[in-house]
Amino acid sequence: MSFPNKFIPALVLGLALACSASGQVKSGQPFPALTGHGLEGTLPDTAGHVVLIDFWATWCAPCKASFPAYTEIQREFAPRGFVLLAVSVDQTAAPYEQFIERFKPAFPTVRDGKQKLISEVRVPAMPTSYLLDRHGIVRSVHSGYHGESTVKALRDEINRLLEEKS
Amino acid sequence: MKTRLRFALALAALFTLLAGCTTVQPWERATLADATMRPDRDPLHNAMFEHIYFSCEAATGGRGVGGSGCGCN
Repeated sequence: MSFPNKFIPALVLGLALACSASGQVKSGQPFPALTGHGLEGTLPDTAGHVVLIDFWATWCAPCKASFPAYTEIQREFAPRGFVLLAVSVDQTAAPYEQFIERFKPAFPTVRDGKQKLISEVRVPAMPTSYLLDRHGIVRSVHSGYHGESTVKALRDEINRLLEEKS
Repeated sequence: MKTRLRFALALAALFTLLAGCTTVQPWERATLADATMRPDRDPLHNAMFEHIYFSCEAATGGRGVGGSGCGCN
């Protein structure tokens, strides 16, 4: 086998491996620690809680459209040990602060201005929310916000996780 | 030796081309999502552009608009 003939399969394999190693956080995997990524804002206590982490941005219309529904979810489930954390990936603070000031969400929000956490999580779309069980394991990933269908799925899953024994 | 050199050059060219490719990640699309990136953001500009375009091309109706192509519609 000549030199190019030996090298081409290795090159193709290498490229295929490089493309497949996307590194996204998936269901069944532990979610990365929220600390150490330079998140701006106050992180809520998530230990032992069912947590929904939503990645959003002010330039993303479906992200903003999800806020009223998430407010309802937070109000409904928070008394049972549920925490919703919205992580903005806005690189500039001004639009984020204006939106928070105007909307005044009922759940905690932080800003991943340097996009360190999201680069580790590697969301497949904007917005994407990760539902974690009481042990910090990702139990479901919701890519995009599809209105009622997303809300219904989230309600069912949160209910199920809250009923699970810790 | 010549084959190897040619192959190495072809490989270098391939990597140079590949280095120019990148995927804009979903969280990096703030600029792309800006309203100024929309070609149809200004209805008045659209209408004027369409009028001039169809007048120049004498092809009114190509996008579902009735007319003779005289530019007077």
